Amino acid sequence: MSWETVVGLEIHVQLKTRTKMFCRCPAGFGAGENTQTCPVCLGFPGALPVMNRTAVEWTIKLGLALGCAIAPRAVFARKNYFYPDLPKGYQISQYDMPSCTDGRMLVPMPEGELAVGIVRAHLEEDAAKTVHVGGHSGRIGGADYSLVDYNRGGTPLVEIVTAPDIRSAEEAKRFLQLLRQTVVELGISDAEMEKGTLRVDANVSVRPRGSDEMRTRCEIKNLNSFSYIARGIEAEAARQIEVWESGGEVRQETFDFDAGSGRLTPRRAKEEADDYRYFPEPDLVPVEPPAEMIERLRAELPEPPAARIVRLARALELERAAVLVTGGLDRLWEATVAAGADRLAAANVIANNLVGAGVDPGAVDAAELAKLVAARDRIPRQAFDEAIARAGDAGFAAAPYLAREAVSDASELDPLIDAVLAANPGQVAAFRGGKEGLLGFFVGQVMKETGGSANPRVVSDLVRAKLLA
Amino acid sequence: MIDTLRLTAEQALGMLERREVSSAELHRAYLEAAAARDGEIHAYLRLVEDGEDGEGGGVPIALKDVISTKGVETTAGSRILAGYVPVFDATVAARCRAAGMPVIGKTNTDEFAMGSSTENSAYGPSHNPWDPARVPGGSGGGTAAAVSAGLAPWGLGSDTGGSIKQPSALCGNVGLRPTYGTVSRFGIVAFASSLDQIGPVAKTVRDVALLYSIIAGRDANDSTTVQLPEPVRLPEDERLDGLRIGIPKQVWELAGIEHGVRASFEAAVDLARGLGAEVGECDLPLSFAYGMACYYLIAPAEASSNLARYDGVRYGPRVEAATYREMVERTRDEGFGDEPKRRIMLGTYALSAGYYDAFYGQAQKVRTLLIREHRDALERFHVLATPTSPTVAFPLGDKASDPLAMYACDLLTIPSCLAGLPGLNVPSGLSQGLPVGLQLIGRQFGENTLFRTGHALERALGFDTVPARLRT
Repeated sequence: MSWETVVGLEIHVQLKTRTKMFCRCPAGFGAGENTQTCPVCLGFPGALPVMNRTAVEWTIKLGLALGCAIAPRAVFARKNYFYPDLPKGYQISQYDMPSCTDGRMLVPMPEGELAVGIVRAHLEEDAAKTVHVGGHSGRIGGADYSLVDYNRGGTPLVEIVTAPDIRSAEEAKRFLQLLRQTVVELGISDAEMEKGTLRVDANVSVRPRGSDEMRTRCEIKNLNSFSYIARGIEAEAARQIEVWESGGEVRQETFDFDAGSGRLTPRRAKEEADDYRYFPEPDLVPVEPPAEMIERLRAELPEPPAARIVRLARALELERAAVLVTGGLDRLWEATVAAGADRLAAANVIANNLVGAGVDPGAVDAAELAKLVAARDRIPRQAFDEAIARAGDAGFAAAPYLAREAVSDASELDPLIDAVLAANPGQVAAFRGGKEGLLGFFVGQVMKETGGSANPRVVSDLVRAKLLA
Repeated sequence: MIDTLRLTAEQALGMLERREVSSAELHRAYLEAAAARDGEIHAYLRLVEDGEDGEGGGVPIALKDVISTKGVETTAGSRILAGYVPVFDATVAARCRAAGMPVIGKTNTDEFAMGSSTENSAYGPSHNPWDPARVPGGSGGGTAAAVSAGLAPWGLGSDTGGSIKQPSALCGNVGLRPTYGTVSRFGIVAFASSLDQIGPVAKTVRDVALLYSIIAGRDANDSTTVQLPEPVRLPEDERLDGLRIGIPKQVWELAGIEHGVRASFEAAVDLARGLGAEVGECDLPLSFAYGMACYYLIAPAEASSNLARYDGVRYGPRVEAATYREMVERTRDEGFGDEPKRRIMLGTYALSAGYYDAFYGQAQKVRTLLIREHRDALERFHVLATPTSPTVAFPLGDKASDPLAMYACDLLTIPSCLAGLPGLNVPSGLSQGLPVGLQLIGRQFGENTLFRTGHALERALGFDTVPARLRT
């Protein structure tokens, strides 16, 4: 039987507001433990929350970018449970009346555009960070003692919940890349998985292809890179298919994904069912955004990344377009092409060389970059690499690098080529036996001998001619 | 010699302005009065001997122990907060300090302001200055007893379902529960957030109005506060011509209203008529039929959530145990008394999945109806009047083992609290030698009308606020 994977995602985005969600403590990272706290975020008796208006605006802005309906009245609720990272004994979160509902994000895929429904996006406060020392598995059960850092407690988070519209690990990854880029371009979060400012949980189920039933889903937590997300989803789907095919039944469970081993480990089952006893937070008034505010935020929205991928895909293949857009490179690419560069060459230089050199694409002068792209095969490799590395510097000019012409003179190159061929008789025989892929190896050896100053295209032509002679 | 038994805050302020006395001397006088008489009354949980703002130039004040005071232990009458010293002032405490008012001490309260007799304090009950064998009411029995016994010229209490109005009635004081949202709750140990209000207790309506003007107004730390639509006016002597007073007809159908209470109330109403007020009947059927039930779902539900923070992790005493869960369980078991436990259980149940709609959700709907019913009645009348408490002060221990009998003490004060409306207790006379209170309920932000009405009646009634047994 052929199986189809069904994925829904829950994404937490940490907003980069200057202060926390309900108090004036700084919301940044890196300060000493428990130094960014106050009676409000520590839940001292009598402390009351006061809403961070910027966080509310940013949530609405994100909702608009995701095509959501913005609630004329959103209500914060208390989600009650006991845990040492939760100083008040409840988390303040939008519950049944969130700020944003019913959105949709279009994800360009090779097979066509995938529409991912956004069920909701709501604002909440983050919990503190706990470290459980001793015992096993780093969990609170069995730990010798636990330490709590309340600096993170109370920082603003937006939780985005998608419909189960995603059908593969690839789709999930592409959706998340687009979502991340949207958030970054809105300027509301750094959305970095390794820093935990973008956190993703995946709900995975499988079903026979063609069926529209919803089978039992399992949740995977702790997915902290795009490739782990894809691997985690694939591993879980494979596990479930095996369970169903061997006549078993998938039980609803939550797993942690261990990136090292690629294995899913079940979390200890909860002793009892959760009952969060939600009720409207009486210490806060509802959020009722004025229409002018929503219109102002809507006017501030940049062109959606998905739309830009579609536009770029008319000039480039989809994958390349997606890489440029999700890497935040497409505006530079467009400007470089507008300055006269070849589309494909510009895409390669930007996505590979520039990114590889760690250059900030926003700092690059497209006209100068266009000159470099055009001269790529003409100037020595070394000169090109040097130029790329400095392309983001203020006042960068391509001219001095372009002046360094590559060695294209056959009389200079011939002896070097002969020496390389003589030193590698085995590879020469193999090439002549049909392994044409070895051409690159010889070119590389010659380039190395010249210290990168030769014109690789000329070298390639000369080598080929000698081998086929 | 300062006669703290008779001194009103207004008189004390006059003495300060005329430089006949210093703020520190006044503070000292009240501390001495407490040294002499508080052994019998137990109005205070702790006295603040070296008030850092003693030179502030204002009239000293007593604060209920649910009000956070920077550097001074604040326990809310509970063992679970024993030794807790806030690092910040509640907004009301800060406003009193800004007005130069030294804090005399922190007054006794039912644990987490849950109760109607102050017998639920983890630190022992307070006693009624009119008869120490009787309760001072609750939960603000400490503040009411302190004012009544001359151990403070005025004080602040907190009122969730009647905890300012009812003890004021039982101790013969004037007490105001302000309109919800006019006084900041920041720094008040929370009981039920949508109902809690801070308000003044004093000997006269003018004192209450004066203190209200000091503490009221928008606070950036409490999002539910608003700016007062009009300034507080201290009432002057006047008649009540043009004032329409409504009496809910359901009041007399309630069981348990003592004969003496009714007689005192009717005499006060006659007096109001004599002063020119028009008195009529109004109808609040839902409020009296369902107010109590509604309150005892909403208040415990919010309390169960508000009290979850007392887990022994960050402050307060901790009972060590092998696991986190056990540590929290034992800390809470030993730290909370019976009444908070009862309400936490009730509230947890009312909010739990599957019961929310039937209990908490339904109660909120009823609350909306009560608000409407009161609004309609207050369109026809400027103020509503009822007795404040169905009975005069009862003997200590009388209702201690019967929670429902205790809850019934707040029967008359609860409906207007649910409606968020202001209420004023004015002493209307004596029954069995004990004070009887008259409750005046105003429109939203109608405090000035309450002050005007209360002041006129207070003058006409001529009630002596000094307990008979303490008069010399």
